[in-house]
Amino acid sequence: MIRISGVSKNFTLHNQGGTVIPVMAGAALEVAPGECVGLIGASGAGKSTLMRMVWGNYLAASGSIMVGGLDVAKAEPRQIIALRRVTLGYVSQFLRVVPRVPTLDVVAEPLLQLGVPQDQARDRAAGLLARLNIPQRLWSLSPTTFSGGEQQRVNIARGFAHTYPALLLDEPTASLDAANREVVLSLILEAKTRGAAILGIFHDEGARARVCDRLVDVTGFTPKVAA
Amino acid sequence: MSRMETLTTPLLQVEHLTKRYGTRIGCADVSFDLWPGEVLGIVGESGSGKSTLLSCLAGHLTPDQGRVIFDTRDGPRDVLAMGEPERRRLSRSDWAFVHQNPRDGLRMGVTAGGNVGERLMAVGARHYGDIRAKATDWLGRVEIAAERIDDRPSAFSGGMQQRLQIARNLVTGPRLVFMDEPTGGLDVSVQARLLDLLRGLVREMGLSAIIVTHDLAVVRLLADRLMVMKGGHVVESGLTDQVLDDPQHAYTQLLVSSVLQV
Repeated sequence: MIRISGVSKNFTLHNQGGTVIPVMAGAALEVAPGECVGLIGASGAGKSTLMRMVWGNYLAASGSIMVGGLDVAKAEPRQIIALRRVTLGYVSQFLRVVPRVPTLDVVAEPLLQLGVPQDQARDRAAGLLARLNIPQRLWSLSPTTFSGGEQQRVNIARGFAHTYPALLLDEPTASLDAANREVVLSLILEAKTRGAAILGIFHDEGARARVCDRLVDVTGFTPKVAA
Repeated sequence: MSRMETLTTPLLQVEHLTKRYGTRIGCADVSFDLWPGEVLGIVGESGSGKSTLLSCLAGHLTPDQGRVIFDTRDGPRDVLAMGEPERRRLSRSDWAFVHQNPRDGLRMGVTAGGNVGERLMAVGARHYGDIRAKATDWLGRVEIAAERIDDRPSAFSGGMQQRLQIARNLVTGPRLVFMDEPTGGLDVSVQARLLDLLRGLVREMGLSAIIVTHDLAVVRLLADRLMVMKGGHVVESGLTDQVLDDPQHAYTQLLVSSVLQV
């Protein structure tokens, strides 16, 4: 479902004398349907960078990133937009929403984008919020005022609202209490059971052991620094 | 709805559009495609040519060079080659233009209901009851209470005026909306409400939109794609979050790093 090969990435800092920083070279990995692959490596090794290249908000300098038949590294913006709507989901570490939109609608939004009727989309959203222990009295409020952990759970609910065939998870269990961590892990396991291909970053080793089938150390993709 | 269709024809194809003011460049050699259901953001600082570009696209200014091909209900046509009456008809039936200042887009001496109804009459509606019912429905959609239908926009707050301008523009079911700084000059809380409203309308009506703004937070939330302009030229374009998170051009990097938080 996800196949990365020969991917490299540089950052060019035009406003700092055009410094070019190579951050990744020769990245390669595969995620099959129903499989969860965990990215590991020290902080700054490029886990999030690789994940963002798969999502398409970072440009790859070379290589190919196939997701459900589309090469994200070369695709047109509108193809990536369609991919994100239908095929590829992403639970980032930060919730970014239009202020004042009720939590229930924030979670239902990905389904509305797909043309799911509003009541059906809201039912699904309500089910997820209840499961993630967001009290019902908060559903009509905007999540911008919520605590960090609550915002993260809203973000997770939103990411799992549609049954994407491929999912990217960036630290989905960070800053969650034990009970909510369990809920998130079971959501991930259910997604695997229905055949989703998952690429994740988990600092929580227990969580990693529970859901990941394989680990890929991104340190192996660090460019060799020419002396 | 139409956001989901995989249509093969762009709604708008812009080719090498150039506008000069004497020897100064307004916008130069701008080309892009806009697809049905897509929202394109155009950002850049004051004087970058973004408003000139929008005015050329909407037919308010005549460009010196280039083509603007719109997929009309009768097939793709070069808008710039059209006669004035035909372009006027198109701008009433298929296009809408939301001005930064609602006073430029509203008739201030006409009631709220009249402002919305007038647009319907311009495309042929004649039945008073139908027009009034539709106007009431649209005021509701933009969150203006029905009892304000006979008030003039001069009695409205800035945010309400802007919502009324949106209702007036969208009531005829256009396919393409041009917006020039639609949230500029509004309180932050009013901006948020307007953003949510615009997003919902774009989704429900399958609209395509071109939004000119200098506010990167606005495009982050509204636009699918982004074009960055400087000195009349497009210096970078791409998926909105890619341009904002991994800007390639020196100017875009400066623009993004100059914002407190986007």
